[in-house]
Amino acid sequence: MRNGYLFAAYAATWIIHIVYLCTIVSRYSRVKREIADLKKPGVAS
Amino acid sequence: MRDDLPGMKKAFPILGVLTAILLSYALYESLVAAPTEQTMGDVQRIFYYHVPSAWTAFILFFVNFGASVFYLIKRNPAADIVALVSAEVGVVFCTVVLVTGPIWARPVWGIWWTWDMRLTSTLVLWLIYVSYLFLRRFSSSGQTPALAAALAVLGALCVPFVYFSIWFFRTQHPQPVMGGGGSIDPRMLHVLLINWLAFSCFAFLVCWSRYRLESLQREVDQAHALESLMDLRGGA
Amino acid sequence: MSAPTGITRVTLLKDLRLEWRSKDAVNSMLFFSLLVVVVFSFSFDPTAEESRQIAGGLIWVAFLFAAVVALNQTWAREIRNQVLDAYRVSPAPANSLFIAKAVGNFIFVSVLEALMTPLFIAFYRLRALGPVWQLLMVAVLGTWALVVNGTFFAAMSLRTRSREIMLPLLLFPISIPALLGMVQATTAILNGEGARFWLVLLATYDLVFTTVCLLLFETVLNAE
Repeated sequence: MRNGYLFAAYAATWIIHIVYLCTIVSRYSRVKREIADLKKPGVAS
Repeated sequence: MRDDLPGMKKAFPILGVLTAILLSYALYESLVAAPTEQTMGDVQRIFYYHVPSAWTAFILFFVNFGASVFYLIKRNPAADIVALVSAEVGVVFCTVVLVTGPIWARPVWGIWWTWDMRLTSTLVLWLIYVSYLFLRRFSSSGQTPALAAALAVLGALCVPFVYFSIWFFRTQHPQPVMGGGGSIDPRMLHVLLINWLAFSCFAFLVCWSRYRLESLQREVDQAHALESLMDLRGGA
Repeated sequence: MSAPTGITRVTLLKDLRLEWRSKDAVNSMLFFSLLVVVVFSFSFDPTAEESRQIAGGLIWVAFLFAAVVALNQTWAREIRNQVLDAYRVSPAPANSLFIAKAVGNFIFVSVLEALMTPLFIAFYRLRALGPVWQLLMVAVLGTWALVVNGTFFAAMSLRTRSREIMLPLLLFPISIPALLGMVQATTAILNGEGARFWLVLLATYDLVFTTVCLLLFETVLNAE
């Protein structure tokens, strides 16, 4: 069914964008965690 | 550590909602309102995602070129971040082009890939900017901005050569042309432009988020570096 | 003679002398050339009619491999002896070093090509239907295109992780227009057709990229 290709193309587009956005979000939460770690008085090693 | 500016905190969600609305409207136009193409049928609607993604990718790569040149002249760290961000997001959009292209080609021409001008040029462009991202990842952080900027300039200068060489090659060895040449129905053009506007806004927001992420990351890295320096001094 | 040209000449002569003295490098490169041609002959049957059609492409892929192998050790000697650091602090213009390296590499790769070509001609029974001087032009322009970018990217890869893979990774995408030109020109000349467009493309490519590499080399040398 040719329309399957149409939906596949649109789905693929959004999957690619969402995957990239997910990487941004996960790296963002990691940075936030690192900022929190920096802010509290660090234990001297 | 500097927090996000209050103006940005407000603008971003508003723009996000607006962009989502625009994208939904564009989707509706593509799937429902746009006229059905005669020879290809509904599959042709892939065109409304394929082409705007290509245009957006080209604009982003151009921004990368501008930012890289600016960095080479002024050594402005913000320009370096802009270069990185525009290359990354550009590669994402370019990937969309390279994925939707074959999905479109298969039902229409029965083949997954054709070395036609546009698809081939896009592939080479993708390769150039992926190699740029590799350089950024593999080089040591002190040097990265300058080296990456130099590579970006070379890559951008390569683009006209890519187009010319493939164009001539294709005139000598013709292949099925994707995307249809010739004039376009004004209603289809209208839908195309709406999608382009929507994706451009989307790209802008993604770039903005990535920019903020990168600035934060660099501040954190600097803070870490400073901390180790202090530890060394304190411990000595 | 002006200082930059003098420096270029001295550096170039030094490199050539070092290469000539280390017979190991020359011998291993000789053997490498032979191996490449033999491996290609087994992979792409020389007696098949199609192989003669794609001989242009085969030859240039072989040359590309040879160039990458040669380019990868371009700066190795300089790194070992901290020559680059000395160069950075000296008032010598960075361009002179770049030109010397690029010309040295060009000579080196050309020698490899000169060794491989007769073998290809013999194994693939090649015969040029078009003018041979045009083939020489393609060889010169094409090799310079690979070498000028390759020398530049080799310098860029110096302090990256996985240095040896970084060079082809950066070189191949940007070389694609030039590669297309070299291969198409060679195939056209072998088949007696005109290659003027490709020659002009290669010449323009060489001009543009040589200029830009010269302009940007200082940045790469001092990137730290």
